[in-house]
Order: sequence, then C-alpha cells, then structure tokens
Amino acid sequence: MKLARKDLLGLEGVAREEIELILNTAGTFKEVLQRKIPKVPTLRGKTAVNLFFEASTRTRVSFELAEKRLSADSVSIAKAMSSAEKGETLLDTVRNLQAMKIDFLIIRHPASGAPHFLASRLDAAVINAGDGAHEHPTQGLLDLFTVRERFGSFEGLRIVIVGDVLHSRVARSNVFGLRTVGARVTLCGPRTFLPKGIEALGVEIETDVDRAIEGADVVMVLRIQKERQDGCFLPTLREYAVLFGINRKRADRLKPGCLIMHPGPINRGVEIEPEVADGPRSVILDQVTNGVAVRMAVIYLLSGGEVEHGVVG
Amino acid sequence: MTARRTVLEQREMHWVVTRLSHEILERNRGIRDLVVVGIRTRGAHLAARIVREIEAIEGHRVPLGILDITLYRDDLQDVGPQPVIRGTDIPFDIEEKVVVLVDDVLYTGRTVRAALDEIIDFGRPKRIWLAVLIDRGHRELPIAADFVGERLQTAENEVVEVMVTEEDGEDSVYMREIAK
Repeated sequence: MKLARKDLLGLEGVAREEIELILNTAGTFKEVLQRKIPKVPTLRGKTAVNLFFEASTRTRVSFELAEKRLSADSVSIAKAMSSAEKGETLLDTVRNLQAMKIDFLIIRHPASGAPHFLASRLDAAVINAGDGAHEHPTQGLLDLFTVRERFGSFEGLRIVIVGDVLHSRVARSNVFGLRTVGARVTLCGPRTFLPKGIEALGVEIETDVDRAIEGADVVMVLRIQKERQDGCFLPTLREYAVLFGINRKRADRLKPGCLIMHPGPINRGVEIEPEVADGPRSVILDQVTNGVAVRMAVIYLLSGGEVEHGVVG
Repeated sequence: MTARRTVLEQREMHWVVTRLSHEILERNRGIRDLVVVGIRTRGAHLAARIVREIEAIEGHRVPLGILDITLYRDDLQDVGPQPVIRGTDIPFDIEEKVVVLVDDVLYTGRTVRAALDEIIDFGRPKRIWLAVLIDRGHRELPIAADFVGERLQTAENEVVEVMVTEEDGEDSVYMREIAK
C-alpha cells in the first residue's frame, strides 16, 4: 500500500486505505517523538517551504517541527514578510520558490482552491494547511488519529461537530474523513452556520445542541471565527454561548468516555467554557501533540523514494 | 526461478540459534545488562528465539526489542513510493546496557549501519554486539558480526533466503541464483 498522489489538498476523495495508511504511519512517528532523540534522518537533503498567508501558531509550528524531526531543511514565510506585500502574484512567488529547488510547499491561504491552483503548476508536493473555508486536511487527519487512538476504531462512533460549520475548513475536512472511515456525523449550530445542502455529504443536521450531543462519542467544538463574522450570522456572542456553548452543565450530561475536541485557538467562554476545555474529557492538547506525528506521516508518504524490498542486507 | 539449494534445514537452524545463544551468554558471562534487539522482519523473530533460548538456559527472560530501520535507510532518495513502516518497539532503557543486535543475513552492512544509528538515538548503550544467522560476505561498509551462525561463500548474483515459521510457514535457509 502506498500513497499514490503528489499532493494532499483535501480529504475529499481520499480513500479509506490511504487514510488508514497515514494514521498507521503517524503511529510510528508518535513513537519516534517519544525517543530520547526524537528525530530521524529520513528526509535529509529535502527542502520544505511553509508559506502562510493567514495567521497561525499551531499549524505552522507543527509543520515546522514535523519537517525538522524528519531532518528536512525548512523555511517559513509569512505574508507580511513576503514579496506579496510588494504586489507579487501568488504564482510568481511560488515559481521563485520552485526555482530554488524545493520539494514540499505547505500553504495556508484565505482563498479556497489556492493550493489546488499551485499543485497543478509545481513539481513540488503541495500540502494544504488551510484554504479559506474549504479544507484543512492535516487537521482532519490529526482529529481522526486522536479519535482512533482513544476508541481503537471508528466502528459505531457518532461524532458531533458544533459551531460555525459554514466558515469551517476543519469541519469540512472532518466530515469527508469521518464519513470515509465509516463514522456517523451530526452537524449542529444555528441555521445561519449550516450550509444549505450539506446533508448531501451524508451527515445529520441538528439545531438543538442538547439533543445533538446526547449519546455522542465525540463532541468537536468549532471556533467562532470572529474575523469572518461580517454577514450578520449571529445576534451576539453571548447568545451563542448560551444556546450552543459547551458548558459544564452540558459536559456533565455527556455519556461516559465521550471526548471533547477543539481545533484551536479557543475562545474561552464563547464556544467552550474554560472548565470544559481544561476538563477530564478534553483531548485538545493531545490533538496538538498528535498533529506533529500526523504531519510527519503525510510529508514522509508524499516524499517518494522507491525501495526494493529485501535487497539491502 | 532457478533451482535452490538448502543451506540449513529446520533442525540445523534450531541448533545454530541455540549455539548463538550459548555464545552470547559465554561472552557476556551471563545475562547481566543483556538486552536483545531484532531487526524487522526476520531478525526480530530470530531475536525472540534467542531470548527464549537464553531463558531456557538461565531461567531469566532478558528484554526483547524490535527495530524497524526504514526511516534510517540510505536509499530513500530515489523516486517512487515510500515503504510502509511497521514501527520500532524498544520498551526499555538501553542506557549502559549490552545490546545484542540480531539480523537474519549480513550482506552489504547497510542495514546494520542504519540499525546502529537508530539504536543510538535511544540512548548510549555500554556495548552493541551483532549476531547474524548467515554472513554471506560482500560488505560495502566496515562492519563485522560478533556472533555468526553460518558463513557462506556467495556470488553477487545469488540470494540467500531465510525462512521463519512465523512469516513463511517453515524454518530453513536456501540459496539460489538470480538472472543478471
């Protein structure tokens, strides 16, 4: 089994076997990260560029560490420090990066489809680190990894995603990934946050959060994206917190063993109460730890390198 | 496929593993600080047998680890799909231990080079010994085994196949020619 693709642009259309290969490989890298020297020489001589046109702490550091733990050389560029500020087009920027012989381009961009546009024009492997409201595949994979780590499989699990599904690339990647591996998915939020026709992806819709989370195995809480709230989606954040926020009372009614996840950054007191975010059901920081291993797996599997089995000895 | 000849049959393989276990104990003067680490896939099974033999002789079980050297290979740069990694499992501290590294066939020495690099990322053992079932020559690196089951004179176009029951349904070692 191999990952027969040049790029990872989204989880839509990624086969179950590919997802399982990535998750199994990530398990190996998680072991590597627990060693005394948590670094392997696998990608010596390979070069990665992290090009971030939107703010990020977690994802950028996670990719940088994944590259360094694999011994690849890496460079990170933020938009404010790049020639994009001087009016260079995206394609010109990456063509120049390619001219410096890079092997991986990790890109975050506010425009949906930007990584796809570049992937078809570059030799380097392109990994989508979040494109607009479209997809964030490595976040979806690390969420899947975290769920599988706790439950062993996806068999019979019901996962509820609560919040601003409309603007959430994390939700979309999770829906594609979780449906592919056979989990049941319920999307929950105010009507204004639930895209029309989303049921076509094989998910259930529920606008009452208390009904949605009853009996759930995992509650994934989405961040209210204050930077994308220019369209009168919510009366007030306070009202959202009361009607949809995961508070102590709601968390206490969850079934035993139910996990609470959040892709970060958290708006404490809006979509999740601090006691819940830091409580015993929360695996929010496990998600972050697992992110490095999952990104190592994706980079490793996309890196090529044919090996005839059994000839070294 | 060309005709193959048998190098070791089941009983002989068992004797060889028993002899290697005795030699390891003799060299180490017992099981003190001893740990055994096998290289995936067949080296790991041989390592497990050595641990069982040592337990039968000494009445104590020494720690057993498994090494997957895929991430340390020196031939990953070529174009094509990456090999599936099955993971390393060394659930004990190797600091100041005597590590017996076990593999089925010693050939170019490149696998052992990778294994040494990987072991050292887990800590600083007092000593690493290399035990192999078959040494077939043709080294490309300055590496030698401390315990050898059987030395074979081979040509470059011959392959040595080690079969273990756990993987292949039988215990035996074959040699055959491959077309150039």
